[in-house]
Amino acid sequence: MSVRRPGLRRALLGAAIGGAVGAGVLIGAQNAGMQIRDGQILGLAYLLALIGFLLGIGAFRFWVTWAAGRPVDVTEEHAAHGTAGDWRRYFRFTTDHKVIGVQYLVSAFLLFLTAGTFGMLMRVELAQPGLALGEDAYNTIMSTHGAMMITVALISIIGGLGNFLVPIMIGARDMAFPKTNALSYWLLPLPILLVAINPLLGGFDTGWTAYPPLSQQANLGQQAYLMAFVTVGISSILSAINFLVTVFRMRAPGMSLMRMPIFVWSLTVTATLALVATSVVAGAFTMLLFDRVLGTSFFRPSRGGDVVLFEHLFWFYSHPAVYIMGLPGLGAILEVVPVFARKPLFAYPLAVLSFIAIGVLSFMVWAHHMFVSGMADFFHIPIMLTTELISVPTGIVFLAALGTIWMGKLHFKTPMLWVFGFIWAFLIGGITGVYLADVPTDITLSDTYFVVAHFHYTIVGGTIFGLFAGTYYWFPKVTGRMYSERLGQLHFWWFMLAFNATFLPMFWLGIEGMRRRVADYPSEMGGVNLWVSFAAFNIFLSMAVFVFNMVRSWRRGEQAAANPWRAKTLEWQVASPPPVQNFDHIPTVSAGPYEYGGGAGVPTEGRAVP
Amino acid sequence: MSVHAGAVPGTPHEGHMGFGEEDPAAGRSNMLLGVKLGILSEVMLFGALFAAYFVIRSESGGWPPEGQDRPELLLPGLNTLLLVSSSVTMQWAVRAIGRGELTAMRWGLRATLLLGSIFILIQGYEFANNGFGLDAGVFGSTFYTLTGFHGAHVLAGLAFISIVVTRARHGLISAEHHTSVEAASYYWHFVDVVWLFLFSTLYVL
Repeated sequence: MSVRRPGLRRALLGAAIGGAVGAGVLIGAQNAGMQIRDGQILGLAYLLALIGFLLGIGAFRFWVTWAAGRPVDVTEEHAAHGTAGDWRRYFRFTTDHKVIGVQYLVSAFLLFLTAGTFGMLMRVELAQPGLALGEDAYNTIMSTHGAMMITVALISIIGGLGNFLVPIMIGARDMAFPKTNALSYWLLPLPILLVAINPLLGGFDTGWTAYPPLSQQANLGQQAYLMAFVTVGISSILSAINFLVTVFRMRAPGMSLMRMPIFVWSLTVTATLALVATSVVAGAFTMLLFDRVLGTSFFRPSRGGDVVLFEHLFWFYSHPAVYIMGLPGLGAILEVVPVFARKPLFAYPLAVLSFIAIGVLSFMVWAHHMFVSGMADFFHIPIMLTTELISVPTGIVFLAALGTIWMGKLHFKTPMLWVFGFIWAFLIGGITGVYLADVPTDITLSDTYFVVAHFHYTIVGGTIFGLFAGTYYWFPKVTGRMYSERLGQLHFWWFMLAFNATFLPMFWLGIEGMRRRVADYPSEMGGVNLWVSFAAFNIFLSMAVFVFNMVRSWRRGEQAAANPWRAKTLEWQVASPPPVQNFDHIPTVSAGPYEYGGGAGVPTEGRAVP
Repeated sequence: MSVHAGAVPGTPHEGHMGFGEEDPAAGRSNMLLGVKLGILSEVMLFGALFAAYFVIRSESGGWPPEGQDRPELLLPGLNTLLLVSSSVTMQWAVRAIGRGELTAMRWGLRATLLLGSIFILIQGYEFANNGFGLDAGVFGSTFYTLTGFHGAHVLAGLAFISIVVTRARHGLISAEHHTSVEAASYYWHFVDVVWLFLFSTLYVL
């Protein structure tokens, strides 16, 4: 890998040059006596560094050729697609959707571990009453933990498993726009790095919500977070367009919409939400950045601006974002259940309809995050009702999983264990959500650990359990090797027990009035918090089993058959790992994805898919 | 899932790596759908900016706030005429290439480029002579942010059309292959419609 060719080394060089030029110009202007804010220096340096990085990695070379009207070099396009077995393609601007999927997935797990480390630091501070790391340090650690975990939840399943599997599941050779797909991935490293180093820029205190006026006054670390968030948003929008065009235009003959695997359906709704909602928050964060950097006053009440306006714009994205995180998890769960219950997915058409209903309703509930914000009173009751309404389609999805399990021939392999973990955790998350949807109870519970416990039960229970279920389930397909079942089960039980031991007591702490986002608490809560910290460290330790299992199995695991689970969806009909072109011939699909139990001539009840 | 592998009529079956356009018609409709979805996302971006504008305006005692004058209508009015006519010339170019008239298409695109560029120049002149800046309270904030975002989109549209003109010069656009012309036209009309909303709310109403 040389600097003369597009690649990681040249990308880092490009980023360094871009950053140096951006900072240099403005620092020079500052020294020449011009009025330049530090935020402006950081902003320009970041922008140019990002462009330099993308130029260096080779993200634009094909489009430049296209724009200049030069003939496309077919050999170079093939080279960019990568050759099977070449590990270097994972560190390049590779256009194969399977490579991009692995890039996303591995990056997401690395980020998950990093964010988890920040979570452990939080529990160090909270293990005892009083201050250990200090308030400023705690605020930064808490905000960084949140911002990174949100990113993990947003990109891991759709970016990782989705990219790898969706084209194969619908019988296509790749995504609709492979170069845009690679661009979506390579937009991410720099902003994530920027968030990781925000403590060097003074840290940030606001949590991921970045409410003004605090976010207008806080350090440069705050601005780093805002810019990183907007960049991730752009990547997310590009990725969403790609998924939607792929699903609507690239299905194999016979793959009708109602024959699509449920996982593909969940990602289709997810991509629609990401497409429609993300630009709203990008707009809000841009206005906030302008307030900081260019002297506008959108959210400055002293000059006619409005802080509650920011909260509305933020949550108009960020509540649908909860479903952008959650739906892929639900989809992965529903994909795993029929295989390990050997039954057709229960109520498939209703589950599809529920995904769509969740998508629509998710745009009508955002203000339940704002019952104590001082927004208009008349808005409380309608939002409470729509919020409770959205539990109906969510409940139907939940029942689809239960109905499939009912009377099934269950196989308790690791992916299925995560399904049962999901059923337990998501149920608790869902039921406690009712208290936060109801205005009177929410006003009492607002900003307490009850909320912290609730969203960890939904997002960990929904998204992360779905991610684990999917990762174990598709591990043989992605790597061509089997994971260790024994270590997988150990990981599940350790994680599951530690997770519940951590977050169940938090409901009680919240009801007792322990405040979230604060580094200290009344000393009579010390005992419970020590227990919670102990349990939380166990979650982290259990992840060591996962990492060990994944790394060792990938290198030395047993060779996996093409279809070790005897599943019926298309991705299991090709080799493990799939060949570079996915299919020798584009298949013709003649039946639904979950026709289990019919093969032996046994009549099956509840066959949902015609 | 039951599958029978075999060549399907109309699907090329060998040697394609997925990124080549297996079927030109499919590649074309993919690109146009992609542009439409991208525009949907942009609509939401401007939706957020307009929402901020209307909320802040409704909370202000009067609009424009006291001590603040709205820009004169003459230049933005002229700009509106320019942009609307540029949409017409753009559509003319699309029609022309549909009939295979390359020269007419090029003139249509060049006229669009010219009109759009004059729009940008006039807006730049207006920005320089308004007498208030981005930091002049909420009026300046909303005015420059909304028109500035729109101006950036006009520039992007101009860049897009220039690329189409370049490709046409290399003989890469014909009656059968003119997806990029159509895609550019969708984008350009979108930018035009946004301006009509901006003009009527920021300057007139």
